[in-house]
Amino acid sequence: MIPLSHYLLLSAIIFGLGVVGVIISRNLIKLLMSVELMLNAANLVFITFARWYGDPGVHIFVFIVFVVAAAEAAVGLSLVIAVFRRKESVDVDILRLLKG
Amino acid sequence: MFELRGLIDTIWGWIAGLLADIGLSAGLVQLIGYAIIAAVLFGVIALVVLFLVWWERKVSAKMQDRLGPMRVGWHGIIQTIADAMKLLQKEDITPKNIDFPIHFWAPVITFVAAFMVYVTVPFGKGLIVADLNVGVLYIIAITTFTVIGLLMAGWGSNNKYALLGGFRSAAQVVSYEVPLTLSLLGVIMISQTLSLGTIVGQQDGFFKWYVWRQPLGFVIFWIAATAECNRTPFDLPEADSELVAGFVTEYSGMKFAMFFLAEFLNMFTASVVAVTLFFGGWMSPFGPDFGPSWLWFFAKTFFFVFVLMWFRWTYPRLRVDQLMGFAWKVLLPLAFLNILLTGLGIYIFD
Amino acid sequence: MTDAFLTNLAFYVISFCVIAGGIFVVSSRNLFHSAVFLVFTLFSVAGIFVMLSAYLLAAIQVLVYVGAVAMLMIFGVMLTTQLSNVRIRYMNEQVWPALLICAGFLALLVYGLTDTPFATGNVAAPVEGAKAIGTLLMTKYVLPFEMVSVLLLAALVGAIVIAKKD
Repeated sequence: MIPLSHYLLLSAIIFGLGVVGVIISRNLIKLLMSVELMLNAANLVFITFARWYGDPGVHIFVFIVFVVAAAEAAVGLSLVIAVFRRKESVDVDILRLLKG
Repeated sequence: MFELRGLIDTIWGWIAGLLADIGLSAGLVQLIGYAIIAAVLFGVIALVVLFLVWWERKVSAKMQDRLGPMRVGWHGIIQTIADAMKLLQKEDITPKNIDFPIHFWAPVITFVAAFMVYVTVPFGKGLIVADLNVGVLYIIAITTFTVIGLLMAGWGSNNKYALLGGFRSAAQVVSYEVPLTLSLLGVIMISQTLSLGTIVGQQDGFFKWYVWRQPLGFVIFWIAATAECNRTPFDLPEADSELVAGFVTEYSGMKFAMFFLAEFLNMFTASVVAVTLFFGGWMSPFGPDFGPSWLWFFAKTFFFVFVLMWFRWTYPRLRVDQLMGFAWKVLLPLAFLNILLTGLGIYIFD
Repeated sequence: MTDAFLTNLAFYVISFCVIAGGIFVVSSRNLFHSAVFLVFTLFSVAGIFVMLSAYLLAAIQVLVYVGAVAMLMIFGVMLTTQLSNVRIRYMNEQVWPALLICAGFLALLVYGLTDTPFATGNVAAPVEGAKAIGTLLMTKYVLPFEMVSVLLLAALVGAIVIAKKD
């Protein structure tokens, strides 16, 4: 049997990769992809504990995270498209209007 | 007495005994067993697909009052094998400035995804590799990989026609996936399970086939499935008589063959799902014990494949705006109506 | 014993796929490759879900992420990058600080993992299939379910309005 900590470690690594991706990427779409990685890491922790403690309610939570992730991806990408239409680029460093 | 399950168990028992005698551990024997199952399944499916390619040519020929392939073998029955040999020997042309890994993996992903569906299909009594308890959902989930394959092929070819074709295919497949999934929901509501084995088991008898309780669901499913397979009247992405070949424009040799076979495999998959969910799977119309179950399964499935071919050589093509409008404005509301009616029916009669 | 061997093998192979895929998603210079590796990673995570006997969620994971989210990403890539020039300036000047912070964060997490006395060993019975989850969704958790459906509707309308040409 694989110990609980291995699942949690795997999830921590995915989350770390997601964090790195969000911080270093200049591209908006890549940023969204990294966010998806982080959400998945969270889901993995939920499901691991659901398996160990046997609470089906946790599955509902994961289900809701899926829906939120899908909504986030849809709205996020439509924002990316809108930005691209105005600026001809999706580079994060170009979006500095608020910096004055 | 015509069932294959007993035979398979006997043969596997013999092989497993042999392997255990050489001194392999039980885990390895199990692993080898999985590999053999996969290989056999692959062989059967590949044979079916080769047959379907020949059959399509014969059916189209009959409908146009031609003979079709006649030279290679009896009525050209091994024509497809000859064609496959030719495609294997052909030079595999790789265009310049393409995204090579994407270009290379696109046909592989499409083909493997089309094949993976059969893990959970009950071919006959006891003939099911794994009766997953989320079978229906698994099939829907795995078939979405087709879209990834399409987009990868369109993008990786570095050709504007391929890209446009990929876009159009993806848009069509994604749009029709929504009514398709919703139309299966009616059957799931009645059967109270997602496992294909159980769904087939519940349809033991001609009048217990779910098509009688879900006629609207079946019609929606069948139209959407035709569109999912990119068959006429919904074959706009390829439209081989009007446009270049869409996302397969830049493919040749073996990679083209993989796309081609995947397309026929998808056609077979659509028929398999229709038969399993709506027409009793391997059950014969006269009860579960009449004749070999796997023969009934293949007979029904080939009938539905024939219907798809019939569509192709009968109907003209839709326009692209009609295509999208039909999915979102007609099929989707009908699918919702079907779910509502099914719910009402369950509420009233059960 | 043998079953345990196969389970271990499967877990470590899938974990390797997940981590390797994740690294490629973050580090690939080619945006389209990132998207394809995202599909690969998320599919492997679904494999881990299967190992945790959450079959329904594994299927939904493939359906939602591969069928919808990853495809949206690929569409986004196709709409915002040029065909012959997908290579992006993929890192900004924060690479080393980012890696440092991340390593620290990971170390903290690992410390937390190893230090917390989880009730290991007593694995509960797996949650039974789709039926249990569906029943819970329609009874005990019906309010979150409805709220999430409203959210989805809002996101649908919002996405169309934002992305529409004006």
